[in-house]
Amino acid sequence: MRNERDIAPASPASRQGVGARVPRKEDDRLMRGRGQFVGDIRLAGLQDVAFVRSPLAHARIKGIHVPERYRDVVFTADDLVGIAPIRAVTSLAGFKVSDQPILATGKVRQVGELIAMCVAPSRAEAEDIAAAVTLDLEELPAVYDMRKAMEPGAPLVHEHWGDNVFLESFFETDIESAFDAPIKVTREISTARQCMSPLEGRGVVASFDHRLDQLTLYSGSQMPHIVRNGLSDCLGMDQGQIRIVSPDVGGGFGHKGILLPEEVCLSWLTMQRGFPVRWIEDRREHLTAAANCREHFYKITVYADRDGTLRGIDCEALVDSGAYSSYPFSACLEAAQVVSILPGPYKMPAYRCRTFSVATNKCPILPYRGVARTGVCFALELMLDLVAVEAGIEPGDVRLRNLPGPEQMPFDNITKKHFDSGDYPEAMRRALKRIDIDSIRARQRKGEDDGRLIGVGLSIYCEQAAHGTSVYSGWGIPMVPGHEQATARLTPDGGLELRIGVHSHGQGMETTMAQVANELLGVDVGKIRVVHGDTAMTPYSTGTWGSRSMVMAGGAVATACQELAERAKKIGAKLLQVDEASVMLVDGEIRGPNGSVTLKEIAHTWYRRPQDLPGDVDPSGLETTSGYKPKRDTGTFSYAAHAVTLAIDPDLGDVEILDYVIVEDGGTLVNPMIVDGQIYGGLAQGIGTALYEEMPFDHAGQPLNTTLADYLLPGPTEVPEPWLDHMETPSPYTKFGVKGIGEGGAIAPPAAIGNAINDALRGLGAEMLHSPMTPKRIVTAILAARDVERPAA
Amino acid sequence: MKPAPFNYERPRDIASALSVMTGAEGTVKIIAGGQSLGPMLNLRLVAPDTILDITAIAELKRADVANGELTLGACVTHADIEDGRVPDVTGGAMQRVAADIAYRAVRNRGTIGGSLSHADPSADWVSSLTALGASLSLRSVRGIRRVAMKDFILGALESVIAPDELLEAVHVPARAASARWGYVKSCRKTGEFAHAIGAVLIDPEAGKARIVIGAVEAAPIVIDDTDALFGGTIDGAFASRFDARVADRLLSDAGIADATDRHIHVAVLRKAVAEAA
Repeated sequence: MRNERDIAPASPASRQGVGARVPRKEDDRLMRGRGQFVGDIRLAGLQDVAFVRSPLAHARIKGIHVPERYRDVVFTADDLVGIAPIRAVTSLAGFKVSDQPILATGKVRQVGELIAMCVAPSRAEAEDIAAAVTLDLEELPAVYDMRKAMEPGAPLVHEHWGDNVFLESFFETDIESAFDAPIKVTREISTARQCMSPLEGRGVVASFDHRLDQLTLYSGSQMPHIVRNGLSDCLGMDQGQIRIVSPDVGGGFGHKGILLPEEVCLSWLTMQRGFPVRWIEDRREHLTAAANCREHFYKITVYADRDGTLRGIDCEALVDSGAYSSYPFSACLEAAQVVSILPGPYKMPAYRCRTFSVATNKCPILPYRGVARTGVCFALELMLDLVAVEAGIEPGDVRLRNLPGPEQMPFDNITKKHFDSGDYPEAMRRALKRIDIDSIRARQRKGEDDGRLIGVGLSIYCEQAAHGTSVYSGWGIPMVPGHEQATARLTPDGGLELRIGVHSHGQGMETTMAQVANELLGVDVGKIRVVHGDTAMTPYSTGTWGSRSMVMAGGAVATACQELAERAKKIGAKLLQVDEASVMLVDGEIRGPNGSVTLKEIAHTWYRRPQDLPGDVDPSGLETTSGYKPKRDTGTFSYAAHAVTLAIDPDLGDVEILDYVIVEDGGTLVNPMIVDGQIYGGLAQGIGTALYEEMPFDHAGQPLNTTLADYLLPGPTEVPEPWLDHMETPSPYTKFGVKGIGEGGAIAPPAAIGNAINDALRGLGAEMLHSPMTPKRIVTAILAARDVERPAA
Repeated sequence: MKPAPFNYERPRDIASALSVMTGAEGTVKIIAGGQSLGPMLNLRLVAPDTILDITAIAELKRADVANGELTLGACVTHADIEDGRVPDVTGGAMQRVAADIAYRAVRNRGTIGGSLSHADPSADWVSSLTALGASLSLRSVRGIRRVAMKDFILGALESVIAPDELLEAVHVPARAASARWGYVKSCRKTGEFAHAIGAVLIDPEAGKARIVIGAVEAAPIVIDDTDALFGGTIDGAFASRFDARVADRLLSDAGIADATDRHIHVAVLRKAVAEAA
């Protein structure tokens, strides 16, 4: 619909470099159903694995009974001799270490935990075997609620700790100076546990090649090199004996950044049995046994002056981290991040925050698109609207009053987050203008003929991306990113091959990396192949997470292409018989004062006709691996202002989104069309968080929404087409000024929608502080407010 | 998520189907469109010894009108009704209900008889056909019997169908020209199971109504004293006299303790009544 970009003049067809809306190269195969995902891999002799999983959240294993006829095809922890558990520690002071067993030993700590592995010629037969295995479990009281988990006498997930806290984090600056502020608002705010739900779940195919003395693990992974690190540790094998191949990946969102016990299991199994084995996660496994995320609780107080100027924030937050510390991000990244990112881009003189990563008998919490930011944004932005109500001013004005201006950039906030560039107030002003706040207020005063209530909501988020060594060495988790490498090779026919260690799980990097190379070398995007997703063929990388790939791998591709350009210029100058200083690379050819030679001709000469080159030619050749790191590695900050208008049916609690505006600043955009796609997808997930997605647990720690009939995901009819506007403030620290943008769309919607719902309900005295904001919760809040207004006689 | 092993039978006529039902060893489960049974099999919530596929039985796809009554075979799909491939005697009411069942992919395969046999209280046909005054033919080797929709559902996933019985056909009476129809359901998203259904057939000229509150996690609530719901009498002004307190009390009496649930059910019923007006 009303997307200005669609009606703007298209870039000239010839332009394919940075900033061009080049159609995604990978879509040709993906849209024709020719993609190859883990589930498409067929190997001779392949057998399927099904797991016996814990039916209980917390229990002692007294016995695992395998029918005699299945003794050879069922494996338990006792069989995994010499296999180490998954261990993800951090260097943060006070962190309590726990092991995640590959197959359960002694105790199970979550529903769905792996207990035994069953292998058969088909998945159905493997499930038959799994169904025949019986368990003797002594049920223990489950830790099903993170707040109860903190109470004295609570059952313990890991007995040797003495409590249920993985880690406590704390930060304070001058909080007492805020206590005399005239406005003080306190609320308890929370976000539900969710499941990430990519279209493709996890999947593993493992085989062993005796000629290469090498295990090959096909796994839909965002981070193949990190999987190799973890697998090498667990299996006790040399890294050279392990090859990880991540084929086409149908969405990751963080779930595919985790080392799975299933990956360790199948690696061991194929080496034991000699035939290839496969496990494909089904949707029930996805919903009940893995991929959990988002569950936060905040008790937050915001202090402000009468005009809405922030005086300080005081917060205590809990993150339900689940039973285990996942590799490589650990159980603490989420809660520890809350402390440092809660203030967002806002200016404030005082801040205190204490967070707890709490262990419970649930799946480990995993870093989902936006990681801690979606919860933080929800908590803070809801509070800013309440400050606006107290101050009697527009919510937009509270934000404009407290955001740093462009003249303050780069801006260090109170937790020393370094905001590299941007004009946050301008994004907010554009969003307010486009959503047309004044006419919505007029409409609200008039009322609706159908009795619905109109609300408007705003939120601003910031997304720290591609943060590197200086940030992650502080967390001290098993994975600290350093310099990023890329390999560029000019092929004998003048094509270009790029090899990168990051991996696309929907980002379109086969296109965008080619655009970066095209920008520097002028090689047609159609002639550029991006090789990724294979540890045997790509430079080491921590992989694709934290919206880092374009900044880091894009920077490395640019560096490698620049190096290649220099080499081509040297050869070209020799062929043109001119001084190297007199040539330039333009549109894929080396131009000298009196003539030119194309890269294709240079490549042909170098590889096929070396006899045409003089003897003193530079011997480096037309292939290079080069490294890159931004000038400053504290991360780029992209951001956006979201504004939403919606209507609520107060009888049914139904919410209809009427208008959604996103004014986004992702720095220089390599391919604005792909960025639009990232925002659409993120918005859908953000709407899921806001209105639909929830994984509740009962008091026994049983997950309740175990199919997609219960776990609701937004579909096409639930996701509006937003109006998008891009500001493009380059980052001063990165190649081309790019910033990471992959997660932002999923961060702001719950806050904007929550604020709009509260705006609509304000006249009724109802308030929503928990996501998802379901019809039932909305009606319950309305009825409760009525009861307060008119107490029962 | 793969089903446990089962035998599979696909007979060509009803007599053969009935003999499978009585003759097979162990449990038999009938499959038609499989839109509910399929997932249940894959989740191993049911593990019958035999699956009896009735979709090859031509008689179960019949659709005819006689004496003003529409008869639809059990294997007529929601899409058949939505697309108007079968006759209609309800003034478009059934077509509208069909068009809003789940998603088109489900409607392509899902059948009216399968949906009713599954007896999910939140299913659209359970409430709408009750309000339309439909009845069902249940066939077994013992013979055939006819059951009114209002007596058919006993509870969640529970109906009067005996283990040896097959739901053969649905009979829908013609809707009177003066009868007004309203059907509203509350879903959290398009295609999702309903959390509240209001189905009303109100004839102000006859002064009569059939009012159904559905999706209550039990058999639908069929309101007997419809006059009370409209302040004593049913006439042309029925919508303005809708008495929410009566509906709320009925829901309380039916054991729905949660005030929010009752509020939503009453609101949905009010909307259905308004639609009929």
